[in-house]
Amino acid sequence: MQIKENGTVYDAIVVGSGAGGGMATKVLADAGLKVAVVEAGPFFDPADPEQKTQLRWPYESPRRGAGTVRPFGDFDAAYGGWEIEGEPYTHKDGTKFDWFRSHMLGGRTNHWGRISLRFGPDDFKHKSIDGHGDDWPIGYDDVKPYYDKVDKLIGVFGTNEGLRNDPDGFFLPPPKPRLHELFYIRGAKKSGVPVYPSRMSMLTKRINNDRGVCFYCGQCSRACQVYADFSAGTCLIFPAQKSRGQVDLFVNCMVREVTVDGEGRATGVSYINKEDRKEYKLKGRVVVLGASACSTARILLNSKSPQHPNGLGNSSDHVGKYLHDSTGADRVGFVPDLMNRKVSYNEDGVGGMHVYSPWWGDNSKLDFPRGYHIEIGGGMRMPGYGFGFNVNEFNKFFGTKVGGYGDILRSDAKKYYGALVGMSGRGESIALKSNYCEIDPTTVDEWGIPVLRFHYKWSDYEKNQAKHMQDTFEEIIIKMGGEPLGDKPGKEVDYGLHAPGRIIHEVGTTRMGDDPKTSVTNRYQQLHDVDNVFVVDAGVFTSQADKNCTWTILALSWRASDYIVEQLKQQNL
Amino acid sequence: MDRRKSLKSIVLGSVAGGLAIHGCRPEPTVPETAVQEVPMLKWRTARENEQLAELEAERFLTAHEEETLTILCDLILPGSEEYKSASDADVVSFIEFMAKDIPTMQVDLRGGVMWLDHRSNLDHGVEFKAATEAQQKAILDTIAYYDPEVPGNERPFEVNFFSMVRNLTMTGFYTSKIGIEELGYKGNMPNVWDGVPDDVLAQHGVSYDPEWLAKCVDQGKRNIVAEWDENGNLLT
Repeated sequence: MQIKENGTVYDAIVVGSGAGGGMATKVLADAGLKVAVVEAGPFFDPADPEQKTQLRWPYESPRRGAGTVRPFGDFDAAYGGWEIEGEPYTHKDGTKFDWFRSHMLGGRTNHWGRISLRFGPDDFKHKSIDGHGDDWPIGYDDVKPYYDKVDKLIGVFGTNEGLRNDPDGFFLPPPKPRLHELFYIRGAKKSGVPVYPSRMSMLTKRINNDRGVCFYCGQCSRACQVYADFSAGTCLIFPAQKSRGQVDLFVNCMVREVTVDGEGRATGVSYINKEDRKEYKLKGRVVVLGASACSTARILLNSKSPQHPNGLGNSSDHVGKYLHDSTGADRVGFVPDLMNRKVSYNEDGVGGMHVYSPWWGDNSKLDFPRGYHIEIGGGMRMPGYGFGFNVNEFNKFFGTKVGGYGDILRSDAKKYYGALVGMSGRGESIALKSNYCEIDPTTVDEWGIPVLRFHYKWSDYEKNQAKHMQDTFEEIIIKMGGEPLGDKPGKEVDYGLHAPGRIIHEVGTTRMGDDPKTSVTNRYQQLHDVDNVFVVDAGVFTSQADKNCTWTILALSWRASDYIVEQLKQQNL
Repeated sequence: MDRRKSLKSIVLGSVAGGLAIHGCRPEPTVPETAVQEVPMLKWRTARENEQLAELEAERFLTAHEEETLTILCDLILPGSEEYKSASDADVVSFIEFMAKDIPTMQVDLRGGVMWLDHRSNLDHGVEFKAATEAQQKAILDTIAYYDPEVPGNERPFEVNFFSMVRNLTMTGFYTSKIGIEELGYKGNMPNVWDGVPDDVLAQHGVSYDPEWLAKCVDQGKRNIVAEWDENGNLLT
């Protein structure tokens, strides 16, 4: 079979259209460049009335939105999940890592929680503080101007609180707390846990005339038809297509490898067109990888050539190493004071929480080095699969019979509707070289591309942190007058610590550093080994923080893209 | 039943194949003409549409099981002058679908209907569906309640069977149009959130902190484009 080559030479080929790839596309196209975007999944636009899932009713799904096919339910906007038919991955030494992929224009940004937190000064220099992991080669001051620009371009609500490691920004005003959030505030304050308005990228106020304003359906996970929340497709790729540059979208195209010339510099990419199952090549002056931390590592490791026998950018043998996800543990409480609610009003609000707790602890006095933030859930949500299960289980708290049949079930459903408050801790783990992904030489996916094999183990630090989460959640639930549900997860289940990969914040596989022997990319996210290949996804994170990674991906991608434009202008690339 | 295997049979075979995988059946099933064509919707992926069509082409419940479950579900959520019934929301069709979607439920559903008939035959000399309502309720009274302190996997089968059907009935009903109306859920439509109504705050004994409220969005200005000073103070 002959590989078909496209005659066009692009200024830049961007692989992936999520937060990192989307931002790079926008910045490069705004600079007037000719850009190819290669996306493994289909085109997606939530404004297409047929394609949108927003405002659909549960009965429009035969499974009423159950998670049988899409892990977050039928209406969730992410095509894909932790398991994708025909695209396996494997594990080493009995360890566990669950890899969530969403192949579609915009990638995982179509369904994410929109929790948009800047990293703080400490987050870039944690080794200097506690001796674990490594410092980033850059600091908050390097990224701050880009966080500011991202805030203004994309829009994020929140409040300036003057918190040292949770920096201020350019915020839209936050929505008022919901009823259960007032109970959380009460319980948290009594427990010494601070609470602030959450910081999330939905437009509570108009930011420009291209995007709409939030109409409070609470369904950001379904992607917004008026573009009032941040998705990379709607907020970056579509505007890029209207810019002075040229943007060619290649959808349903799965990149196999970066191609190189005799000197080992990148010449473009080869990809599989999923529709005709043939292999193609694209040529570009610069290759920008934003395929996601693990997919980018996979592409680099699969890009073997005589010039780069260990894979592209992998002379240090660090591609895939230092993979780390956020920690996660959860608990739910039943709050009797939230019973018998009036259903007279719509409290959908924005998708997710209106209030949150950033990390408040002093790790020098704790048995784990890094913190976590708390996310809050609850409220009178739209019924979906699972509504009314064990409808009157909480009768046990009142000494009345549990179960039954008949109209009593109707009144029980209404009595307990909206009486739960959930808490989720999302924390920072320590980046370890021994947690990694690599190529599994024994397995390929249905596109014939060798797959990733994962090796990942939590250390005691993450387990101790999860224990602290559980103790905190229990105290807050009790102090808001509630009953913690289920057994408190103990040591035998690692305190409810989720398997790595479940929080979908994986980073670190192409980490940046000044030393080419211990890092894959430099401080401008350029491969140490190949000057015309850049990484703009979370692979470059030297360390995660007790924050979600998206806002930092966006800021760093913008910064790296500015550098690419500058270097192209100076004809250095 | 292994779902993969059954799906494969459906893909390979036609009606006959579909029947063959269920083994011998004591009675005829619902005629194939009742199987609805599944619309290929753009909000599902091509593969999802395909899988859905495969599930819809399959039949799990026999006519007898369907009749028995219809009676059982209507005992769980009965119709009256005030309320719609489970069958008004076509809950059994939802159960039929879920049994195919989550095939681990199948043996319990099938065995549970057999258990009901066995019990009813012993106690009343007729199958469950032919018993009087009083007789049916007499059976339910022995299985409808559970001790929440006993772990689920240690409860008697018939109690867990009833809990499963009750759960599916509740979800099937309250995710339907009439169920959502009865519940009174007011969301899933464009609106402007401006906080919890005062009467609700009072009912639950909480209030807003004025300092917090001062930071929140002024919904009167939501359509004015945001501008900030250099320190991040919102000017508009």
